[in-house]
Amino acid sequence: MATLGEMARLIRSKNAGPYMLTFDVMFEDEASYRRVIDAGVLTKAVFAKLYQVDEGEVIFFHHDAAKAIKISIPRPYVQCDLDDGDAYGGQQHAPLVELQVPG
Amino acid sequence: MGEVRVLSASGQIGSGFMESSFAKGISLKPDVIACDGGSSDAGPYHLGTGEPHFSREGTKRDLKLMLQGRDTLKVPLIVGSCGMAGGDAGVAWMRDIALEIAREEGLSFNLGLVRSEQDKGFLKQELREGRITPLNPAPEISEAIIERSSHIVAMMGHEPIVQAIEAGADVILTGRASDTALFAAVPLMRNADPGSAWHAAKILECGTASTVQRKRPDSIFAWVRDDHFDIEPLDPEARCTPQSVASHSLYENADPFLITEPGGTLDTSGCEYEALNDRAVRVTRSRFLPSERPTFKLEGAELAGYQAAIMAGIREPYIIRQIDSWFAGMCERFAARVQEMFQGRVGPDDYSIRMRVYGRDGVMGKLEPLAGQVGHEVGVLFTIISPERSVTMALAKTFAHFALHYPIPEWRGLISGLAFPMTPAETDRGPVYRFNLNHIVAPREPRAMFRHEYMEVG
Repeated sequence: MATLGEMARLIRSKNAGPYMLTFDVMFEDEASYRRVIDAGVLTKAVFAKLYQVDEGEVIFFHHDAAKAIKISIPRPYVQCDLDDGDAYGGQQHAPLVELQVPG
Repeated sequence: MGEVRVLSASGQIGSGFMESSFAKGISLKPDVIACDGGSSDAGPYHLGTGEPHFSREGTKRDLKLMLQGRDTLKVPLIVGSCGMAGGDAGVAWMRDIALEIAREEGLSFNLGLVRSEQDKGFLKQELREGRITPLNPAPEISEAIIERSSHIVAMMGHEPIVQAIEAGADVILTGRASDTALFAAVPLMRNADPGSAWHAAKILECGTASTVQRKRPDSIFAWVRDDHFDIEPLDPEARCTPQSVASHSLYENADPFLITEPGGTLDTSGCEYEALNDRAVRVTRSRFLPSERPTFKLEGAELAGYQAAIMAGIREPYIIRQIDSWFAGMCERFAARVQEMFQGRVGPDDYSIRMRVYGRDGVMGKLEPLAGQVGHEVGVLFTIISPERSVTMALAKTFAHFALHYPIPEWRGLISGLAFPMTPAETDRGPVYRFNLNHIVAPREPRAMFRHEYMEVG
């Protein structure tokens, strides 16, 4: 077993405008990218469950040229609203880092 | 069409670039030099107040090199979203810096200013006539919300910039603009393929963000040709690879394949990325799908109130295990103290106090999957807000003392339950703002939304 963090070259989150958050999981090589997709460890449903958000709100992409999985969701708090604790949205990706990848 | 060469000085003016990289870019004889100046990423404060994001010193250094480079080649220099938010105050700030540099360095140029701050009456009219529509997700909008905005800007596309260049401007400083439009304007003027022009612009606008291991903000160069563009960083140590360039479409976009611009959509889904050598990349098959009519994104900020902040650490296990009820009880009893202090002039609806618990769910809030787990110590950040600065500070001073000594059932006698790393414990944060628009306007008269002004400098 490896973690998604160990397999990826970069896992990050960021604002996509003040009302959306986006997550990029990027791989160095085709093999790691395919292994994670084939293992089904990071799907729309997995993400929705981990982040406790409605699956219908999750936008999910495979980006083959970038060897990346990308996920976007509405921000739980509008950027810089009084309840928002992450102005740039840069620390929301942490739970993805320790996902276990079988094989 | 041949070739249009575009030099991007940096991802954001004021964040810096290496003089050697920029000089290399100038030696490649670009047809245009451009740099973006802002975004909504730093929050609504800059739009709300008109205050810039970066220092004047950092911005002046970058602008001076760009103005000198432009003077050498006599090509257009475009700086967009001046002062971060791109409000009229940001344009005025950048204009004054440009005038100061021109005076000090003996430069002369035709200066074009393109403002994008919007008239509230115009927007209310557009709203009444159904030409303002929400982008998902968007807050409720009404004439009252437009009215109470401190500032509203519309994000311009390339047309107002092209208009300024055609009017003879050498240096164009704009209000809020699509970052991409700054770099696409000259290629599009010269009839470049729109797909390649917009996609090259998308890579250029972030400076060296599309390199493999970005060591610092720096300059990057693109050659836009009939059916492709080539991109190469100017620092010999920096490298672009097919993957690093492809990956750039992920950054800060909700959708990595379809990127919306004021005049249409850049479609990168069929793109091919090819290494020209170990540092430069060629991109083919970028497509631009023009929209039926131009639409402009609106950004608005309104005052949320005046804020104070109190930071503290908690190490005691008894307080940590009941921290939510401890805070709730404290706020309830504090309300009585507020009543005493203000004699009814400030009631429970006139202020709010929030607590954020670092070490539990301080970073992720309701997205936190491990919210129940707490370590042996936590950090707490209290924020207090009210519509009046003096009221906020009076509340904050009293609350810091009240919270410090607030009792818990386990101990009898006076306790001090908070570790303050700073005194005074309370910090005046001044006015804070909130975003209040995520809407697009499809105006009947697009040209009327962006105001041009020209001046002969030097």
